[in-house]
Amino acid sequence: MKELALMDENGKRSDGRGIDELRSIKITVGVVKNADGSAYIEFGKNKIIVAVYGPREVHPKHMALPDRCVLRCRYHMSPFSTDTRKNPAPSRREVEISKVMRESLEPSLILSDYPRAVIDVFVEVLQADGGSRCAGINAASVALADAGINMRDLVSACAAGRLSDNIVLDINDLEDKEGDADMPVAYLPNLEQVTLLQLDGKLTTAQFSECLEKAISGCKSVYEIQKEALMKKYFGNEMELKEEA
Amino acid sequence: MSSSKRSTVIVEQLRKQQMLEALSRGKRLDGRDFESYRNFEIEIGIIDKASGSAKVKLGNTEVIAGVKVETGEPFEGLENKGALIMSAEVLPTASPHVEPGPPDEDAIELSRVVDRGIRESEMLDLGKLVLIPGKIVYTVFVDCSIINSDGNLLDATSYAVVAALLTSKFPIYEIKDEQVVDTGKTMPPPITTMPVSITAVRIGESVLLDPTTEEEACMDARITMTTQSDGNIVAVQKGFTGPFSVNQIVQFSEIARIKGEEMRSKIKELN
Repeated sequence: MKELALMDENGKRSDGRGIDELRSIKITVGVVKNADGSAYIEFGKNKIIVAVYGPREVHPKHMALPDRCVLRCRYHMSPFSTDTRKNPAPSRREVEISKVMRESLEPSLILSDYPRAVIDVFVEVLQADGGSRCAGINAASVALADAGINMRDLVSACAAGRLSDNIVLDINDLEDKEGDADMPVAYLPNLEQVTLLQLDGKLTTAQFSECLEKAISGCKSVYEIQKEALMKKYFGNEMELKEEA
Repeated sequence: MSSSKRSTVIVEQLRKQQMLEALSRGKRLDGRDFESYRNFEIEIGIIDKASGSAKVKLGNTEVIAGVKVETGEPFEGLENKGALIMSAEVLPTASPHVEPGPPDEDAIELSRVVDRGIRESEMLDLGKLVLIPGKIVYTVFVDCSIINSDGNLLDATSYAVVAALLTSKFPIYEIKDEQVVDTGKTMPPPITTMPVSITAVRIGESVLLDPTTEEEACMDARITMTTQSDGNIVAVQKGFTGPFSVNQIVQFSEIARIKGEEMRSKIKELN
């Protein structure tokens, strides 16, 4: 019965997408005036704002590291972001996501360039729709670039999952709840390294490889949109000029 | 908070001198006159998952309010009224000085003053939001997130809350076999009036409406007055350490009424 609801006989999913189709993604750079770097992402129905502050002095001071910068990350959902109101106090889920998010971003940054300092990444989910951690990572990486933090690569994230026998790209809210597996992946597209990998659900080893490959192909598509968003802010007029010429 | 506290203090003092000098010539540092508000924008219905939502930009201050409607027990002593619960969080995105954590006293004052305007004006007719008197009532949550902070959070939040409530669609709940059922239908909320706050700060002898962060850093005292549609005052909060003269307060109450009417018609235009 499940697969009937999640996938029709023509291979269309509950929201009308095909197996390999991403939800619509829109990224805007530089949306929070006071922040050193910021980005807003709409990823399907996810709406997320990310602000970056730093590098700046560490408080409390004992957290400072002599040879590199501390990276802090807070993932937080607004009370109105979910179907039933979410208590504004941080949940265990938010604490875990903050941690894996930080760990997925850290390999992209050259933190040794800013010893004794801290970079704070604040991820605020205004509306959640499944895959908010991936959407948050995508916006966070763009916001870090906007803040001018030295980096090796952008981080692009996307999930893949299983709906009965089908491995599909970019799991939405319903598919996350009703589907058989959900695997969020974050990836450094130029260095070809995986920086986030989680899995909820059952996969055979063959399905696992297929799922990983599919998620990475999704990351690569997201990467193009991230680059475009940054280009638009920093080379916006030049791009228009080129088009005119 | 800042990396080098001493130099910040010196800069602040220099900036304050500059500001006082400008004020003595009847000017503000951003070129506004004393009674002008900054550029004001509202976007409504930005969160599909909320029953109502609004994003307000007041200059560089940016606030999102979201309304969620559930059912629950009434408050003690208010058995025949729906419950209204407001919260405001200054997100750490809002400025370099906010630290993540539970709301501090400023954030609590913020949500309580905005709450007071809504509650005392009886903007929402809570008597109409009862399912079983004394047992089950509508619970209306209004949560505010401050995304970027550049002064006058009070007014920006007040406008966001009013706009979000005004344009919201409440789910219709029914009682069947003593169980609450969501009918899947919606109704406009029982709105009776529109409370609108006006905030001013006093710097020396000058009283300025809609202060920026910079002006708040130099203020001696702050006052917020909320008026409802008929012009009556429903809530007041005097803030910060300095005093106001009686004369200043009386003058301000007149300004709050006129300016409040102006802001109210701007918010009404949305519908």
